[in-house]
Amino acid sequence: MTAVKYDKDANGVVTLTLDMPGRSMNVLNEELLTPFQDALGKIEGDASVTGVIVTSGKKEFLAGADIDKVYKMTDPAEAFEMAEQFKALMRRLEKCGRPVVAALNGTALGGGLELALACHYRIALNNPKAKFGLPEVKLGLLPGGGGTQRLPRLIGIQPSLPLILEGKELTAEKAKQQGIIHEVVETADEMFAQARAWISANPKAAQPWDDKKFKWPGGDSKSPANGQMWSIAPSMASAKSFGNYPAITNIMSCVFEGGITDFDTGCRVESRYFAELVVSQVSKNMIGTLWFQLNAINKGGSRPEGVERAKVTKLGILGAGMMGAGIAYAAAKVGISVVLLDAKQDAADKGKGYSEGLLDKALKKGRGTHEAKAEMLARITPTTDYALLKGCDLVIEAVFEDRSIKADVTRKAEAVLDKRAVFASNTSTLPITGLAEASERPKNFIGLHFFSPVDKMPLVEIIKGKKTSAETLAKAFDFVQQIKKTPIVVNDSRGFYTSRCFATYPMEGMTLLAEGQHPRSIEMAGLQAGMAVGPLTVQDEVSLSLSMHVLEQTRKDLVAEGKPATEHPGTAVVEKMCKDLDRPGKKAGKGFYDYPASGQKALWPGLAKAFPLAEQLPQQDLMDRLMFAQANEAAKCYAEKVVESVADTNIGSIFGWGFAPFQGGALQYINAYGVENFVKRSKELAKKYGERFKPAPILVKMAKEGTRFE
Amino acid sequence: MTEAFIYDAVRTPRGKGKKDGSLHQVTPIHLVANLLWALEARNNLDTSLVDDIVLGCVTPVGEQGADIARVAALYAKWSETVAGVTQSRFCASGLESVNIAAMKVMSGFEDLVVAGGVESMSRWAMGSDGGAWAMDPRVNQQTGFSPQGIGADTIATVEGWSREDVDNFALNSQRKAAHARDKGYFKKSLVPVKDVNGLTVLDHDEFIRADATLEGLGALKPSFEAMGQMGFDATVLRKYTTLEKINHVHHAGNSSGIVDGAGLMLIGNKKMGKKLGLKPRARIVQTAVIGSEPTIMLTGIGPAAKKALTKAKMSAKDIDLFEINEAFAAVVMRAQRDLDIDPARVNVNGGSIAMGHPLGATGCMVLGTLLDELERQNKQTGLASLCVGAGMGIATIIERV
Repeated sequence: MTAVKYDKDANGVVTLTLDMPGRSMNVLNEELLTPFQDALGKIEGDASVTGVIVTSGKKEFLAGADIDKVYKMTDPAEAFEMAEQFKALMRRLEKCGRPVVAALNGTALGGGLELALACHYRIALNNPKAKFGLPEVKLGLLPGGGGTQRLPRLIGIQPSLPLILEGKELTAEKAKQQGIIHEVVETADEMFAQARAWISANPKAAQPWDDKKFKWPGGDSKSPANGQMWSIAPSMASAKSFGNYPAITNIMSCVFEGGITDFDTGCRVESRYFAELVVSQVSKNMIGTLWFQLNAINKGGSRPEGVERAKVTKLGILGAGMMGAGIAYAAAKVGISVVLLDAKQDAADKGKGYSEGLLDKALKKGRGTHEAKAEMLARITPTTDYALLKGCDLVIEAVFEDRSIKADVTRKAEAVLDKRAVFASNTSTLPITGLAEASERPKNFIGLHFFSPVDKMPLVEIIKGKKTSAETLAKAFDFVQQIKKTPIVVNDSRGFYTSRCFATYPMEGMTLLAEGQHPRSIEMAGLQAGMAVGPLTVQDEVSLSLSMHVLEQTRKDLVAEGKPATEHPGTAVVEKMCKDLDRPGKKAGKGFYDYPASGQKALWPGLAKAFPLAEQLPQQDLMDRLMFAQANEAAKCYAEKVVESVADTNIGSIFGWGFAPFQGGALQYINAYGVENFVKRSKELAKKYGERFKPAPILVKMAKEGTRFE
Repeated sequence: MTEAFIYDAVRTPRGKGKKDGSLHQVTPIHLVANLLWALEARNNLDTSLVDDIVLGCVTPVGEQGADIARVAALYAKWSETVAGVTQSRFCASGLESVNIAAMKVMSGFEDLVVAGGVESMSRWAMGSDGGAWAMDPRVNQQTGFSPQGIGADTIATVEGWSREDVDNFALNSQRKAAHARDKGYFKKSLVPVKDVNGLTVLDHDEFIRADATLEGLGALKPSFEAMGQMGFDATVLRKYTTLEKINHVHHAGNSSGIVDGAGLMLIGNKKMGKKLGLKPRARIVQTAVIGSEPTIMLTGIGPAAKKALTKAKMSAKDIDLFEINEAFAAVVMRAQRDLDIDPARVNVNGGSIAMGHPLGATGCMVLGTLLDELERQNKQTGLASLCVGAGMGIATIIERV
């Protein structure tokens, strides 16, 4: 059985059907490309062939290159050769002297779209789920199969740049609007009929860039308008990327230089920049975590085996505040019936209103329909009546972080729930095992820690209590996937995994402030290191008053447990801001920043007096302190088995609290830094800035053994 | 070592660098030829004695591309033995020409050199020659490219200078320039531009706005705010981590004007002066160039001037008059602060904010203005300095003889 079927019809039109045996999807590798090359040779050698249709025998057309192979590559010469070979093949295809049509029956991404771009004409089936784009940048790579050369020559430099730089995935209709696809049809028959019609109407098809009179749509890189664009594009890109993503730089170089050279030279230039990215640490970080580890999680790496997959059809939510309302939205969106319960009806109604607000916003942006909105809202029942919870497969409590209130709602809900129903707490701080004491069925009790705002944040942290059963965990895991979020599984302990590690980031930021570092430099250090937001900004958003509350609770708990309290030096800043300076955070309109009703937030001028400047440290020290604090804490969590897999630890850090994606997560950060180097630098930091930087024992051990997080 | 002397300095008036500017009618090579003819006539010059012509041109494309210096010599019908070279040190090119000429003479390799620069900004827009710095995205990104105006605004932000501070500086420049022009202080070097018929095209600096007011300046819109917000501000803020935002204070009225013009100097050794029967006007004491942080870009004057002074075993106090190119108000204000000098000794006849900045020519022009003013006031020492693109600075010290 071959991966490329060759069928020649009576008119001499050859249909090449990509259909790799034993796989659900086609993928670009030797197994596909060798027979493809053979088929191409056959076409070139057969004068009776009048045209070629390239299509797929799978549901999707072709979703890209073999990431496994790319991930393992460490020799740039090998990566360069691979890109050159693929491109040589594509060049043969588009110069074979017969019209070539891509019949895109489904998704064509990355190398899949690059293959389609090497065809003279593209027809796609109108399948709203099919995606078209060049998403390589999301893994730290660039389209090395001619994508950076063909797309700009097809649709222009300026329209193609955001598509390649952001890795946008378009529907067939959008791709047609952008000029990437020529025709969108409703049926497969129509697709092939149109392909044949086009072939017979265009017997001498050639690519525009192979026409001597070729003119760049919108001008080449030398045109004045593009010249101006090139002068500001890097600043615009770096404003978001902080220069941490070499793929962005290299994509710009490919398109820019390709806009000066001829097509073939542009392709060779692209291979050089591609090779540099393939062997770069950043692409290894991103592929390792955002591809392999994420896939492992999605395939149920942390889900107990042997438990049948479950679906929630009815969900109860206790507490219709910000979190409850957000969870209701996420659940209703995937078709789950939601009972949104609060102590007061108007609070419950307001919680439902949150979904309405989001849907209205989407409608304004042209997304969704009024019917879909009505349907979705009809799934949410706001109420004060616990009886309505009857029949729920899962109840999530999202009430105030107070043990007695939580215990009360747990009992009230369990009174009407089926014995098999799962009860989850959306606490971010209170240990699950303790909360489960209020439950009659602690085996069915679990933690589901959502992140705010729920509709945007992709992660849910699942917390196992001491008595949580495997079945309950599996059900919770399935639910998280059902609402299209990524689950990580952690064990019960103070702050669980994400809150505990995340806290070190603003804490270190505040420590730097207390030491007299410039607040703006502290914020910038976080951003430069790749964090989504600066440490002081994030602390304002969490609110200093909440941190104060948690701090006081922790102090009480530790006294009760008879444990010594070693406090982070950052806590003094929390206390000072809350108690002495009355700057509780963003909600109050005053924290580290002022939040004027109109206009942008600005650092509170009073900081200069409250935290006088001292000698300024090198910016790299600020960055290292902010990042090492988090990574070291993550290593401790991993060692303590708070979180049990490297994948969960890395993905949790990126999706949960915005740890630098280009670093591949908190543990991969240590891998990439080199465990030994990390230990060495940690010791330096500990000596200069405090014991808290002492490397986690597991790291010292790993450094000695020469191992890394795998 | 052989010494290098300035024997003569000439310049065209500065014409508004737009299509309604007087010099837009004139080719850049004709601007240079006008001055070559003036040098020839004023000094009764046997042009075959000139070794080389060094010209600065920042946008050497089109009519002013491809070594305009050599072609200008041919066009002006100078002896065909006179060589020519065109160079660019961005805005310092005109002064760089002088410095190169001085080095040629002082090394003893050459005896008589014409140095200067030309720029027709109205015909060949600034930036139209591209360049890796701005247009090659990886170079741009790695070096933190940002336009000059953003750098000037950054200087003002770092120093805490308000819009009013920089506007006051600009107003003063206009008043000084108008006064100097009306009093005829520029006459000595200024050579009217004539057309092919010998008809005068322009005989005065037409960019000066004697009627400028603080209110008028205050009403002008900041020039660099929009492009700053598009992304350049973010590039600056990544380097200047204690700044929260850039205060965009510069505009068309307190930045150097876009103008057309050319300037030349005749530089030679003592022996050649004697041979020509010319009296040396000043000795070139010291030159210096430095590199500085490229994103703020315009802070090179202080370090360059200090380097020249140190090399010459002098201090800023030993300098009677300064010419510091008014690329932007904040640039000169910063240089004055860096050098700790009294503003009363700086740009006494105004500068590029009032008169305009014909990029490749300005350095030579301001040195000529400095020399004229030293002679008029009967003072001895002068220092000319300019900030330079991509983060550089240049300085030249002269002394009357």
